[in-house]
Amino acid sequence: MIQKTPLHQNHIELGARMVEFAGWSMPIQYKGLREEHMCTRTQVGIFDVSHMGEIRISGERAEETAEWLTSNYVGRLENGQAQYSLLTNENGGIVDDVIVYCVEKGKDYFICVNASNTNKDFAWMQEHNKGAKISNESPFWGQIAVQGPKAMDLIEDIFGEEVKKIPSFYFSNTQWQGAHCMIARTGYTGEDGCEIFISAEKALLLWKTLLEQGAKYHIQPIGLGARDTLRTEMKYSLYGHEIDDHRNPYEAGLGWVVKPQQKDFIGKNKIVAKKEEGLKNKLVGFKMLDKAIPRQEYKVFSLEENEIGFVTSGTMSPCLNEGIGIAYVLQEFADEGTEFLIQIRQKKWKAQVVKTPFVKPGGA
Amino acid sequence: MHVPEENYYTKDHEWAQVDENVVTVGITEYAQDSLGEVVYVELPEEGQKVTQNESFGVIESVKAVSDLVAPVSGTVIEVNTGIIDEPGLLNDDPMNNGWMIRIEMDTEKELANLMRAPEYRKFIEKSQ
Repeated sequence: MIQKTPLHQNHIELGARMVEFAGWSMPIQYKGLREEHMCTRTQVGIFDVSHMGEIRISGERAEETAEWLTSNYVGRLENGQAQYSLLTNENGGIVDDVIVYCVEKGKDYFICVNASNTNKDFAWMQEHNKGAKISNESPFWGQIAVQGPKAMDLIEDIFGEEVKKIPSFYFSNTQWQGAHCMIARTGYTGEDGCEIFISAEKALLLWKTLLEQGAKYHIQPIGLGARDTLRTEMKYSLYGHEIDDHRNPYEAGLGWVVKPQQKDFIGKNKIVAKKEEGLKNKLVGFKMLDKAIPRQEYKVFSLEENEIGFVTSGTMSPCLNEGIGIAYVLQEFADEGTEFLIQIRQKKWKAQVVKTPFVKPGGA
Repeated sequence: MHVPEENYYTKDHEWAQVDENVVTVGITEYAQDSLGEVVYVELPEEGQKVTQNESFGVIESVKAVSDLVAPVSGTVIEVNTGIIDEPGLLNDDPMNNGWMIRIEMDTEKELANLMRAPEYRKFIEKSQ
């Protein structure tokens, strides 16, 4: 059965086009993808991300379990700190990318996972549990992302000035209208802002309050379409595109969240061994030199027309008005400035490796 | 949604306007609305053969790639290159300035496989 978020009815009232995504009925766009994209870069946008999963690891052996399951160093986290991380498998691939929120050091870690992976991750974590209590709290949480240069002004208006002091990758627990909220200074757009976890029954009230109070900042609700172009412009990974069960984290450019010196974790030896052997491929950002739009799974060729890789994500960048993409290519083609060809249907079009993120906050 | 009476329609949401043996082809209001902002169009060359129900080109929004499907078989005799430079025309004026190609059709018989306006109106109601 297709699942609905607590905000589902409101999306329809707002005129959203609904699509099925990871088993959920979600808004792909409201007014238009480009307008929503630019609104997030220049004003403020709100995103219903209630479909994301929330899994809690708690109890006396919570830290030990979280450490074993994830690649980043959980022991470094203090109360109120958040950390981007990976669930890894025995073969050195990636089960999911997640954010670990340290609610109580040693005893309580709240993990936000991809909607499409919630059940898989929950089963995986239970199977590899080191004696903690692991619970899938997804049905109880709504989640709203507030992103854009005006996002924290709006959050201050609603939650008070304290929230502005939350540093990047920290979060704060608060009460709002009798509901428990976690306001996290995290996001998936490259813009300033936060992600708010709130009890599912109060999510609609918060969503409507954000829209009302945000009117003075020209707020708009943002669909999954713009959420994807916004993250692509930042070269943020998306599970099923840049990363999956077979991908080595170092190849994916995620070595910064792999901490083999500090700890042991699932698949560590395989992950490190592959790096030491020398990585064959590298994840790069590229832009089209010809007028064309790259898409996932398109093949990449050298100028001599040898196959050298494939595209993981691609779109027309709303900020740059150019075709941009992310691709795995052989190491020798990964340097900035390198030109290669993208096969789009029958023809091959020129592209060039560029510095990423493709745009700076604000869209410049 | 505007569905002109005189045109023929495909289930892929193209319209076909018939003038003797020449068929002008475009996408419908419904198509442009569901695609969202069109950012790229790939059309055939003049002189190219097209076949009914087969792809003759491609249309891309920011989000997705869709095939353009020929309403009739025949030879392309004119291409609206204006929409290649300005794909936004397909959103603003899909029924007029956003026309895509003109086909000299092989046989009128194929028109029987297409929908007329009342049938197409019902078809899009069901798709919504």
